Amino acid sequence: MSNDITASLRPALVMTGLFAALLGIGYPLAMTGIAQALFPHQANGSLVVENGRPIGSELIGQGFASPRYFHPRPSAAGKGYDGTASSGSNFGPTSQPLVDRIKGDIANLKPAAAGRPIPADLVTASASGLDPDISPAAALYQVAQIARVRGIPEARLTQLVNASVETPMLPFLGDPHVNVFSLNRQLDALAAPIEH
Amino acid sequence: MTLQGWLLILAFVGLLLALTKPMGLWLHALYEGRRTPLHGVLGPIERGFYKVSGVDPTEEMGWKRYAVHMLVFNAVLMLFTYAVLRLQAVLPLNPNAFAALPQHLAANTAISFTTNTNWQSYSGESTMSNLSQMLGLTIHNFMSAATGIALAFAFFRGFARRESRTIGNFWADCTRITLYLLLPISIVYALYLVASGVPQTLAGSVDVTTLEGAKQTLILGPVASQEAIKMLGTNGGGFFNANSAHPFENPSAATNFVQMISIFLIGFGLTWTFGKAVGNTRQGWAILSAMIMIFLVGVAVCYWQEASGNPIVHHLGVVGANMEGKEVRFGAAASALFAAVTTAASCGAVNAMHDSFTALGGMIPLINIQLGEVVVGGVGAGVYGFLLFAILAVFVAGLMVGRTPEYVGKKIEGREVKLAVLAIAVLPLIILGFTAVSAVVGAGLAGPLNKGPHGFTEILYAFTSAVGNNGSAFAGLTASTPYYDSMLGVAMWIGRFFIIVPMLAIAGSLAAKKYTPETAGSFPTTGVLWVGLLVGIVLILGGLTFLPSLALGPIADHLAMIAGKTF
Repeated sequence: MSNDITASLRPALVMTGLFAALLGIGYPLAMTGIAQALFPHQANGSLVVENGRPIGSELIGQGFASPRYFHPRPSAAGKGYDGTASSGSNFGPTSQPLVDRIKGDIANLKPAAAGRPIPADLVTASASGLDPDISPAAALYQVAQIARVRGIPEARLTQLVNASVETPMLPFLGDPHVNVFSLNRQLDALAAPIEH
Repeated sequence: MTLQGWLLILAFVGLLLALTKPMGLWLHALYEGRRTPLHGVLGPIERGFYKVSGVDPTEEMGWKRYAVHMLVFNAVLMLFTYAVLRLQAVLPLNPNAFAALPQHLAANTAISFTTNTNWQSYSGESTMSNLSQMLGLTIHNFMSAATGIALAFAFFRGFARRESRTIGNFWADCTRITLYLLLPISIVYALYLVASGVPQTLAGSVDVTTLEGAKQTLILGPVASQEAIKMLGTNGGGFFNANSAHPFENPSAATNFVQMISIFLIGFGLTWTFGKAVGNTRQGWAILSAMIMIFLVGVAVCYWQEASGNPIVHHLGVVGANMEGKEVRFGAAASALFAAVTTAASCGAVNAMHDSFTALGGMIPLINIQLGEVVVGGVGAGVYGFLLFAILAVFVAGLMVGRTPEYVGKKIEGREVKLAVLAIAVLPLIILGFTAVSAVVGAGLAGPLNKGPHGFTEILYAFTSAVGNNGSAFAGLTASTPYYDSMLGVAMWIGRFFIIVPMLAIAGSLAAKKYTPETAGSFPTTGVLWVGLLVGIVLILGGLTFLPSLALGPIADHLAMIAGKTF
């Protein structure tokens, strides 16, 4: 037994060094080089740049508080959509704090569409706290409110939402969704001619 | 529940069944040490590694030597990572200038990644430098997976060899698996992930100014290279706190599907390799059938519960599935399937927060781990864990008909049965023991976020996950305390190596035995009867022990949920 331990020391130490160099340094660095050469946009966070400044990532949700914008889901990442602190709420199904939070979010929605059934994703926190999407139902739920604030016909906004619905390549792989950041940019573009 | 949801589950299992034999064949070539098409490119690296480390790959090892070399290698790897994490502040590639990890956290993390658990008491994006992620953690994603598969190979040799004193060479197994299986797949896989939106850069972060004019800091890093092996090697330790729920780790429903497939891919293949190794591929299909049956029941219950939603939330005027802790791009079906897959295998990556699942929906991941993660299981660990149950199953069958039990041509005798019981008993003993202690001492009770039965489930889940080397969590539990870091660290270590050593002893004992040809009196271990017996043994031996603790946790929680009681 002790002979085995002695005999194993050299391979254990040397193999650790070799594998560390190959897998811990060589592999990630090589992948970084290839990724930066082939897919620089994705490899650097799928950033959206406007007037030379990054205004967000296509993949990461942003907090929207203004009544002029479609709102994303509640977020438990930091104080909301904090890119340095991804997290869910971790509230269980029988959690009183969960019920209190949802009640508060519903109260904030109320003027928008009182009495209509509320799509679940609109008042629940996502797993990452950075969910970029809401369901088509959650987007349509907000149309009346935004139409009023912006003075755009509801039908035009409904059309915009429907045109923004993304479905996975194979529809059964996941749920249809609307990217809130992208939808709000289109909303601004829609409004822009009026402001001129 | 929707037709689309069921289609997803069917497509998932169907594709894996189609990949089982090709993967099994590739693994079998490595099992036998045969030349593969990749040897032309990577062969020189393999030979170089042996040369520098003084390894003779043709040297055959007995089970004790195999075990010692494996243990010493794992110990060295663990100390290496501990050192990297403790020295993080002075090492390069630390763009966000993170401090060194405190002792208890560094030790917990080093054990966690060495044991293929990847329990994370820390939040990746605010704790780990790029170097720590690459050098400290990614290396374990490879080596703990390679160790698991090597051990499965050694166990297979115990069944396949006749009157032999040896079960292979640990270094040759480990090196070949890494070079010819894990690394090539990871390279292609990582590129696919980058193309799909997963970052791969040495930069630390980027600041953006949002549409409303606020500042948002996005953490970047070498994510894709770690993500690929994290799934393939059933490690599960994410780059970010939110793991595969984070859009940078898992950007779309398509990447999500590929991630789920990659968790099970090697585990499915290994069952075929086992059958091939013992000379009858039907033996492999039989154990895979038993695994899939248990798996599908769990998926169905979890999907049903999550799609039905939470009645307490419905009462507030909300309609639809339980979306708390889930991402919209995945939805209920792909979240429930992922939860079942990641816990059936010992992966532990999550694309939704298990803590926020409905009571019964969250019980399925818990039960999957408590069954010993033998339903497909971690790479290697799943199949050798399942074979321990197979040994007990033939023993029970032998008792019923009054014959000496045999399995794939080997007589199963007292020594093997005792060792198998020892390995299997470790799991409930440590899980329930440590949970019980933590449910009464102050430092343990300080952990849970949720009150009531759900809080108890958070503690139970943590120790289940640690001993089972899973790594997923009911993440409301605050685990980065000296108490939990230490208790969970011990639990992870015992859960990995206190099963491996008896398992290798069985391999050694079986390898030495003569071949016993099948006769008319042998209990057939390929048919429907056998599959049914296996399922029964796994559920009764693996599951029944935990029933009282499940009654106190998720079942009580479920009754509260349907009664509308909150805590």
